[in-house]
Amino acid sequence: MRVKRRFNKDDFELTFLAVPTAIWFLAFCYVPMFGIIIAFKHYRPIPGNGFIGSLLKSKFAGIDNFKFLFMTPDAWIMFRNTILYNVVFILLGTFVTVALALMISQLRSKMMRKWTQTSMFLPHFLSWVVVSYFVFAFLSSENGLISNMLEHSGGDSIQWYMTPKYWPYILVIVYLWKSIGYGMVVYLASIAGIDESLYEAAIIDGATKWQQVKYITLPMLQPIILILFILSVGRIFSSDFGLFYQVPRNSGPLVDVTQTIDVYVYKALTGLNNIGFASAAGVLQSVLGLIFILAANWIVKRMNSENSLF
Amino acid sequence: MQLNRREMSATERFNRISVPTNIIFSAVFILLALISVIPLIFVGIISLTSNESIEKLGYSFFPSQWSFDAYSYLWHERSSIGTATFVSVFVTVVGTIVGLFLNATMGYVLSRPTYKLKKFFTIFIFIPMLFNGGLVSSYLVNTQMLKLSNTYWALILPIAVSSFYVIIIRTFFQTTIPDSIIESAKIDGASQMRIFFSIVLPISLPVLATIGLFLSFGYWNDWFSAMLYIQSSHQELYPLQYVLISIEKNMEFLSRSAQYMSPDSSGSKLPSESMRMAIVMLVVIPIALSYPFFQKYFISGLTIGAVKG
Repeated sequence: MRVKRRFNKDDFELTFLAVPTAIWFLAFCYVPMFGIIIAFKHYRPIPGNGFIGSLLKSKFAGIDNFKFLFMTPDAWIMFRNTILYNVVFILLGTFVTVALALMISQLRSKMMRKWTQTSMFLPHFLSWVVVSYFVFAFLSSENGLISNMLEHSGGDSIQWYMTPKYWPYILVIVYLWKSIGYGMVVYLASIAGIDESLYEAAIIDGATKWQQVKYITLPMLQPIILILFILSVGRIFSSDFGLFYQVPRNSGPLVDVTQTIDVYVYKALTGLNNIGFASAAGVLQSVLGLIFILAANWIVKRMNSENSLF
Repeated sequence: MQLNRREMSATERFNRISVPTNIIFSAVFILLALISVIPLIFVGIISLTSNESIEKLGYSFFPSQWSFDAYSYLWHERSSIGTATFVSVFVTVVGTIVGLFLNATMGYVLSRPTYKLKKFFTIFIFIPMLFNGGLVSSYLVNTQMLKLSNTYWALILPIAVSSFYVIIIRTFFQTTIPDSIIESAKIDGASQMRIFFSIVLPISLPVLATIGLFLSFGYWNDWFSAMLYIQSSHQELYPLQYVLISIEKNMEFLSRSAQYMSPDSSGSKLPSESMRMAIVMLVVIPIALSYPFFQKYFISGLTIGAVKG
């Protein structure tokens, strides 16, 4: 333990350096945290009072916002969508990414590894708005490539942006398309860091390639897989707003399968102007997210304290 | 090639996958690589397709007629699209500088082992990773308390700092900058500000490049801030990404000249279909051309980030 000592010149100077960022965190993280009481109020801006003044003077609502939110069918749908999509993303995403990282690390040609990996990294650098145009180029019912191909082959053209049943698949595919390249990079870095002597020893013992993967590579990857898993479980109530709002082009008929908590909060805030419902949904999301990340971390810590996040 | 072969260790060579497996794996990855880039190529082709061809064939990899109309139209309307490009570039440059400053100072402070408030600030930046106030209160704070609506600051400040970046920078400083350098500078009478700016920053270019890239790609790709904080009465503050969103609702963002204002695009000369895709290309080309060269900085950032705090 450090000895208790007075605040010296060095500490002053360092604090001075930290002040701008500390103010940023106060303004953009901590004040909004305090703002979660909006969910328990009938918030309305009161002229001449600013945000905090209006917040304190607005009438107290108790849990009305939550109660009425859960009387709408929206609430059930958005929680179901958010959780289900995330479960699929986490399971399928982790499996596919790890499998592909293992495969690409085995390619014989270094050139091939480099080129394919670089190409697969591209989607990560694109915004969801751009991706929504990419998807539109294929699915637009007027001009889209897939619609055209269906028409030419004599089939019925499908109104993709009007038909909810396809969207769970489309969204999962688009999500994987955008995230696999990025995820592979993370796992590849870990694979590259594995001590080669482990494999040497395994070869001498006559281990096959598959046995090496099963008994060396995967166990060595376990910590990073677990850490990423904790993080994604902690975000199970969050969704990528762009994926669920921009990619389906905010199409009305698709709401049942595209509305996640983030989409609802945005729409309730800007479109319906229902601050109470929006903040109630947002607070549930934040609080449940906190509980889940703490729980996931606790469970991993109990299994193996080395692998926990904090 | 010769060099590569010599670099490869004996085990590695012995332990390679069999040729048939290699062929199958290679085929898989060539296919995945194509799937990753083909949508971009496709949109590029559409942006170069003539209106007639789109009407006849729809979007196609093999248009019946090529045309530069979309790009010449964008050039014709360069006052509006130029403004948006300026906003995007300005926000990216200024945001990256502001963000680097804010993230790096805090990262440095947290990396000092003897700093009295180290523990306090570590927790201070860690809590926001676990819990946040949500969109509604952020929105109300930014608009009603900080009055950011319809300003450049709305596009810059909300995404300038991230606990994740601060931790990456802290870890870099902790592991690569020897304490002895800083201690000896202190003995020579340098203040912490001076040490940070003239000693630490110049020898930290790799991590600054990494975080700078994260930030600049983030700003270039950001549309959410504009969607929340820039109203349609302030179109001069629209960045390119947001132009792409708003153009869905009104082509008039581009067609200030009256002749193009007619709502049905079929009769007018406006190459609206290809033009949207041309703006997409305007947004994507700088990224697609630059990221292969910056890749390694991204990868190093992700790897440092994986070290737990």
